[in-house]
Formats: sequence, C-alpha cells, structure tokens
Amino acid sequence: MYVAVKGGERAIDNAHAWLAEERRGDTAIAEISVAQIREQLTLAVNRVMAEGSLFDPDLAALAIKQARGDLIEAIFLIRAYRTTLPRFGGAVPIATDNMTCDRRVSATFKDAPGGQILGPTFDYTHRLLDFKLAAEGEVPDATEVLTRQDATPHIMDFLNREDLVQTEPFDDTHPPDLTRAPLELPATRALRLQSLARGDEGFILGMAYSTQRGYARNHAFVAELRIGIVPVELEIPELGFAVEIGEIQITECETVNQFKGSKTEPPQFTRGYGLVFGMSERKAISMALVDRALRWKELGEDFVGAPAQDEEFVLYHADNIQATGFLEHIKLPHYVDFQSELELIRKLRREAAAETQEAAQ
Amino acid sequence: MVNSTPPHSDRKVWISLLAKASSSHLSELWATYDEPPEHSVLRAPEVGSVMVRGRTGATGAAFNLGEMTVTRCSVQLASGETGHGYIQGRDKKKALQAAMIDALLQTAAAPQVQRKIVDPLQARHEEKRARRSAKAAATKVDFFTMVRGEDT
Repeated sequence: MYVAVKGGERAIDNAHAWLAEERRGDTAIAEISVAQIREQLTLAVNRVMAEGSLFDPDLAALAIKQARGDLIEAIFLIRAYRTTLPRFGGAVPIATDNMTCDRRVSATFKDAPGGQILGPTFDYTHRLLDFKLAAEGEVPDATEVLTRQDATPHIMDFLNREDLVQTEPFDDTHPPDLTRAPLELPATRALRLQSLARGDEGFILGMAYSTQRGYARNHAFVAELRIGIVPVELEIPELGFAVEIGEIQITECETVNQFKGSKTEPPQFTRGYGLVFGMSERKAISMALVDRALRWKELGEDFVGAPAQDEEFVLYHADNIQATGFLEHIKLPHYVDFQSELELIRKLRREAAAETQEAAQ
Repeated sequence: MVNSTPPHSDRKVWISLLAKASSSHLSELWATYDEPPEHSVLRAPEVGSVMVRGRTGATGAAFNLGEMTVTRCSVQLASGETGHGYIQGRDKKKALQAAMIDALLQTAAAPQVQRKIVDPLQARHEEKRARRSAKAAATKVDFFTMVRGEDT
C-alpha cells in the first residue's frame, strides 16, 4: 500500500533555525569572523579552494564558517557557487619556474642550485601540543635575510640536460575540461590531472600510499617540491594582449621514477606531476604518485591489477562531492522502495512457511 | 603569444599591478587623486571566473587546474579614452577604480596618476614580495659535511 506523504516544512524550518544557533555556539564566546578563518585557518581554506576548484580565499573562509568547519560541506558550497559564475576565459598556463618560492626542497639533490628552502613547514616540529597557543600571546617576527629576487629554476631541468629524464611533450591546445563535458574513458593525462587536482585529499593520499606499499610499485623520488606565488595571465580580447589578472599560491611536486627504455631508446627516468591550489604538499605529492601510476599504458608497463593503475576506479571515486552526494542520499526518504522490499520479504516468508507446513504433513 | 613591446608593455604592467593590489590600498590611493573624471560605464562591474591552467611536468601539455574569481569592468572618459579593469576577486568597486585608472593613464594626466597611484602600488608589491622572499631565504639550509671516521 502506498501512502502519499507531504509535510515536514515546519520541522525543516525549525531544524534550520537550530542549525544556525548551533553554528554560532555559546554566545558568551566571541563570534569567529570570515577574515579570521581566512588568515588563521589557512590550510583549511586552501583545501576548500583546491577541492572546490575555485581560488578565492574569502569565499572559502565563508564556506567553512557556514559549514561549521565540515570541509566537504564547504567544498560543496564552493562548487555550487562556482556554477553561477560566467567564465571569462582560460588563462595562459602558469609558469611555475617563475614562482616566488616560499618553500622549495629536493629529495634528490642536496646542493640544488637555488638551495633547499624549508619555508613555514610543520616537518621539523615535535608534534607536541603547544599550550602557549591556548593563551593569547604575541608571535615573534620571522627572521628575514637579504636575498636575490631572480627566478628559481626547476631541478628537473638539470637532470634533463643529461637527457636522463623523459621530456614532457609541449602542447598548447585547449585542454579538455571536466566541468564542461562529462568524464569519458580512456581519459587524457590532462583530464586525469584536472580530476586529481580537485579530487579528495584523503582518497588521493590512500591511492598514493597503496603504490608505495607495493600495489603498482613505481618507486618515486621527490625531485622537487615547491610552494609559492605565481602570477596568472589572461589574454584580454579588448586589449589584444595578455595581462596578469592576479596571483595565486600553489604547490607543485615533481617526482622521478624508475626507468623506461626500449630497443631504440636508452633507459630514462619517468615522471609524475602534482599541482594544487594553496599550500598543500601532502595532496601534491599524492597527486604525483597517482599520476605516475595511471601512466602505465603510455609508458609500456604491465597492468598488474592495482587499484591506483585503474583510471576508472580512481577517477570515478576521487570526487568527494559526487561521492558524498550519492552516499548521503540513502538517508533521505526511500519509503516506496522499502515498501516493495517489505512486501517481497513477507511473501517469501509466507511461501517458506507454507512449504514447511506441507513437508510436516 | 604575448605582445610585450611598447607601448603595450607599460599598460600591461599597470593593469597587472591594479589587478593584484589590495582593495584597501587602491581605495586609499584613489582617494588621494583629485576628482574622479567624467565618464560613462561601458560594462558595469561583472564577477566571473577564469580557468587557471598548468602544464604536465611544468613544461608539457596544458591542463585545467581550477578556476579563480575575477571581476571586470570597462569605462569611457568624457575625453574618449577607454579603460579596462580586470581584477582578482569579487570587489566591484575596485574593478571600477582599476578601469578609471587605466583610462586616465592614457590621458595627459598620466604622469600624475603614475606618481600618485601606480608607483606606490609597484613599491608595495615589490616590498611585499621582497619581505616574503627574505623570510624564505632565512629558512635556506646550509649543509656542512661532517668529518667522516675513515678520513681521520
């Protein structure tokens, strides 16, 4: 029997009002401002920008406040807002060798030209809770030293001089865009990188970790990890030339992996690449490892059945908004579906009971 | 791809500086400029997005990284010059100011606008960049090799 249901409006309104009150918390405690989130919870803001696929720290901070700190909910808000924006165009690909580096480390070359710059990293902290942060206090100024201002060359360039690393073929054609056309397989590397760049950090990390543990093993060295500011250039039709329309912080990771060679070509290192909005090196390294694992076909490697090699598995499950949408919909009313299941199980039980009775007679 | 020979190069520099300036700093500088000139708005400030792109391995094929918010605006001065503002973020007031300043920089008032607005923007931008680089430089590692046992 199907009963039509309607209603719940008052309950929903009241739920929203309570949500707003819970979001605010104890009113005896000062309200957090969007600017405070932007300036002091920067890495959360960065994650929302990267996976929301929209660089705007103010909006990301607002989304975090609205979502009560639930970052996937905040990413959802940003994705929804993004769809309302007219697109003015596609930027000139950023030149990461032109980056003003906050951080730049290499795990392969100790004496990399330009040096190893640690930047504001957690790496060498003791991971002990710092109770000084629980009390208000002045922060000491960071040390500054006079320095050169010229561009920092990529470490990969030095390896390339010896031809030890495969070169990435230059291509200036307009890349395919996931946000404009549904993902189709097999995907180009450009499409895979876009998908990974906006994919869930936890998922990409798990996939990358699996390659390190032996599923599609392709031992990776971090040739270079750099974080810093790059300008973004756009061709302006009314001007007829490109101008910088802003600057963004990004994290880039380049890995060198084991060799490939053939009868005609001597062995060369292969590469993985990660590029993410904001300061997000865990995501950038993970992305580079997964990018490399997904390249098995073009590099002539075997498919060993590892999840990280399976582009359908990786690309169709990396998006946390698609995933959460499908996952969470099962908590919404399924009364009719369930009613039919109920009818079915009752029928099966009746039949089973009848059979037992027959057998007993 | 990009024509950066004069006279484009100056305009490219100032439009880029206006795009990256902080709203508060630009407003402050704009307030020091005499009277806003007579103008008509050709395109009211409009918020949109631009797709940021990267390259595989930093040098290879282009791919889409994600979008950024941009606001654009165009004005025409009563004297005829057209100005365009393309700024990062969603500040419509700033986009309008940027377009007016771009237009004024094509008039006889250019030296004054350059001195009162563009030069300070340039100085602020360079100072910000230099301070960040100086902090980064302070975290540069100086390796030194320990004397190894077998060598002594």
